[in-house]
Amino acid sequence: MLGLRESLQNYNPDIEIVEWEKHEGMIDVPSRDLPDLLTFCLSMSPRPIWLTHVVNDERQLGNGFCLYLVLHFPGNDFSVTLVAKDIKEDFPSLTLIYPALNWSEREAQDLFGLNAVGHPDPRSLVLHPGWSKEFYPLRKDHKVGKEAKAFKVAPLEFPQAHGEGIFEVPVGPIHAGIIEPGHFRFYTIGEAVLHLEAQLFFTHKGIEKLLEGKSIEEGLRIIERVCGVCTVSHALAYSEAVEKLAAIEVPRQVLLWRTILAELERAYNHVGDIGNMCAGVGFALGNANGSQCKEKLQRLNSDFFGHRFLRGIVVPGGLRSIPSQKDSQAILDRLHELAYDFEEWIPLLLNHDGFRQRAVNTGVLNPVSAIDLGVTGPAARASGIANDWRELHAHLLYPELKVNSMIEHGGDAWSRLVVRVKEARESFRFLKNLLQEGTKGPVYEYENSKLFLEQKLRPWQPAWGCVESPRGTDVIWLMMDDENKIYRCRIRSASYANWPAVPLTVPGNIVPDFPLINKSFELCYSCCDR
Amino acid sequence: MLSLLLRKLKMGRLTEKDGNLLSSQKSSKLPSSFTKSLQIRHLDCGSCNGCDWELTAIGNSLYDHQHFGIDFVASPRHADLLMCTGPGSTQLLYAAHETYEAMPKPKWVVAVGDCAINGGVFKGAYASAEGIGNVLPVDIKIPGCPPSPDNIMKALLEVMGKS
Repeated sequence: MLGLRESLQNYNPDIEIVEWEKHEGMIDVPSRDLPDLLTFCLSMSPRPIWLTHVVNDERQLGNGFCLYLVLHFPGNDFSVTLVAKDIKEDFPSLTLIYPALNWSEREAQDLFGLNAVGHPDPRSLVLHPGWSKEFYPLRKDHKVGKEAKAFKVAPLEFPQAHGEGIFEVPVGPIHAGIIEPGHFRFYTIGEAVLHLEAQLFFTHKGIEKLLEGKSIEEGLRIIERVCGVCTVSHALAYSEAVEKLAAIEVPRQVLLWRTILAELERAYNHVGDIGNMCAGVGFALGNANGSQCKEKLQRLNSDFFGHRFLRGIVVPGGLRSIPSQKDSQAILDRLHELAYDFEEWIPLLLNHDGFRQRAVNTGVLNPVSAIDLGVTGPAARASGIANDWRELHAHLLYPELKVNSMIEHGGDAWSRLVVRVKEARESFRFLKNLLQEGTKGPVYEYENSKLFLEQKLRPWQPAWGCVESPRGTDVIWLMMDDENKIYRCRIRSASYANWPAVPLTVPGNIVPDFPLINKSFELCYSCCDR
Repeated sequence: MLSLLLRKLKMGRLTEKDGNLLSSQKSSKLPSSFTKSLQIRHLDCGSCNGCDWELTAIGNSLYDHQHFGIDFVASPRHADLLMCTGPGSTQLLYAAHETYEAMPKPKWVVAVGDCAINGGVFKGAYASAEGIGNVLPVDIKIPGCPPSPDNIMKALLEVMGKS
C-alpha cells in the first residue's frame, strides 16, 4: 500500500488517497486529468486490473454526472477508485489508453447521453437502432413508462466489407439449439473468417434501472437472477458491497459456507462447460459425461441447499441456512464419488485425438489482447495471465486454501479446456477440505441476517463487491440513498469483460470452428446484456 | 477403447422414467396427437439463462428426452411447439414474431418459467414485456424459477398424452 501511495505522489503531489476500507481507497480526479493518471497507473508494475467502470447521475446531489473507475493493484492487494465528478456532457474517452473500457464508455453514451470525447467507435452498443432519440433510461429524471412500445424495429448497423470473393454470413439472433440470442456477422473468404462482428444486447431488459429504488432484499432477488448459472457469485458480490456499507464482519462459519457454495457453483459449471465444449465439436461422449456429472452436482445442490442453481441461500449479513454436520458428511461422501468419477471420464476426452485436433490452436487469444481488453477468468488464465481473484484478494476463506491461478499458455480452446479441468479438480479438493471443517462446526444462528435486512446503510457512499465466478471476476457496485433504497447498482459481470475478446479470436479459423471457440469461452449473454 | 467399454458396463442405463408432480396448465384446445414424437423449437426471449440450462438438462443421460420421441429442432419450420423462456426483451420481440410466423400450423406456444409467464422478477423493467403471453399466444405454462427438468419432462409428456 505504501508503495502505491508514494509512487502516486511522486507522480503528482496533490493526489490524495482517501482510505475507507482496509483494502480500498478513493482518489478525486478532475475528469480532464483522468487520461494522464490512468496512463501512469497502467505503467506501474504489476499492472493494475480493471474491476468496474460506473457512471452515476448525481445531479440531485450537486455532483453532476460522476464517473467511477475501480482499479485493483495486485501487488499491494489494494483497490483504488478514481472518481471524476461534475461531468456535464463530455468526458474524455479512455478507450485508446485502455481498450477494456470501450464497451462501458459506449454504454455511458447510450444510457446516460454523455459524450465520450475521442472514442474511436462511438456507435451505440446497448440500445439497438429503433429506440426514440433522447432516450437515456439511466438518467434520474427518466421515468419508466411506455418506452418499450415506442421501439420501432430498425436494421442493425454493420461495417461493409468489399472485395472479390468476400461473403457476409449473418447468423442469429436466434440460433439452432438451446442457446441465448446474439447476432454474429462473419466476413469470409471461402471457409476462412476474415472478420467477425458480434451484436449482442438482445436480452437487454434494463435491470440496472429496475434496481433503482428497490430495497436490499428486493435487489437481492433480482441480482440472483442476473445470470442463471452464476447466482452465488453475483449474490456474494452484492452481499459484500452491502456489508461494506453496513460496516459489519460476518462470522467465520458464514465465510466457510459461502466459500463452499462458491466452489460448488464453480464445480458444476466447470464440468458442464467441459461437456459443452465437446458438444461444440459434436463429440457426444464428452458431452454426455459432462452433462451427467453436472446433473448430479445440481441434484446435490437441490438436495442440500434447496435449489439446483443455489438461489436463495446467500443473504447480505449471512446465509439463509446452513446444512447440519450430518448433511455435511453426506455432501462430502457424494462429492467424493463424483470426484472419483470425474477422474475416470476426463481421460476419455483428454486422450481423444480427434477432439484434440479440433481444439488445439483454435481460437487463439494472445496475451497482449487479453491484458488490453481486461479479459478475466479461465479465458485469461488460458492465455497465461494469472488473475484469479481468489488468489489476488484475501476474501472468504481463500487465503487458507492457498489458491494458485491455474495457468496455460496456449491461449487456444484446448488451453481453456485444460484450465477448467485443473480448476474443477482443485474445486473438488477445496470442497473436501472445507466440508471436513463443516462436519465439526457449530450451529449457525441465521436470525441475524433477517435483522440485517432492516439495518440502515451508509447513504451516498459507493461500495463494491467482487467474486471470482466460474467465468471470471464479477463486480457489483452499489450506492444507497438516504431512505435505504438502491440509488445505483452497476453489474459488471465476467461475461461483459470477456465478450469483446471473442470476435478477436475467430479470424483465421473456419466458420464451423466458431461454436467451439464460443463454447470454450462459455460466456453468458444475460449478465452481459442485463 | 477398453476404458470406454468398462465405463459403459459400469454405468449401465441411466435414464429415469419418472419425475415429480406436474404443475403445468394445459389449455383445452390442445390435442393429444403427438403420441409418437414432438418437435420443439426453443426461443430465449431475454431469460437469465436458468430455464435454458434446465431445458438443456432434459437432454442429459438421466432424463434423455430423445428417449420419449421429444427433440429440439434447429428450424421453426420443423417445429410443433415453441418453447419460450424469459419475459420478452424488447430488442428480441421482432425475432420472436418472425420465429412464430415461420412455424407451420397447427402450432403451440409454451411459456417456460415465471418470467415467461408474467415477467417474474423483471416485471417493470423498461426493456422487457411482462411475460411472453403479451407478445405470442401462449397455450401451456410451466411455472418455476426455473422449473426443474422433472417438471418440464412431465409437462411435455402430458402434451404428448403420455402421462
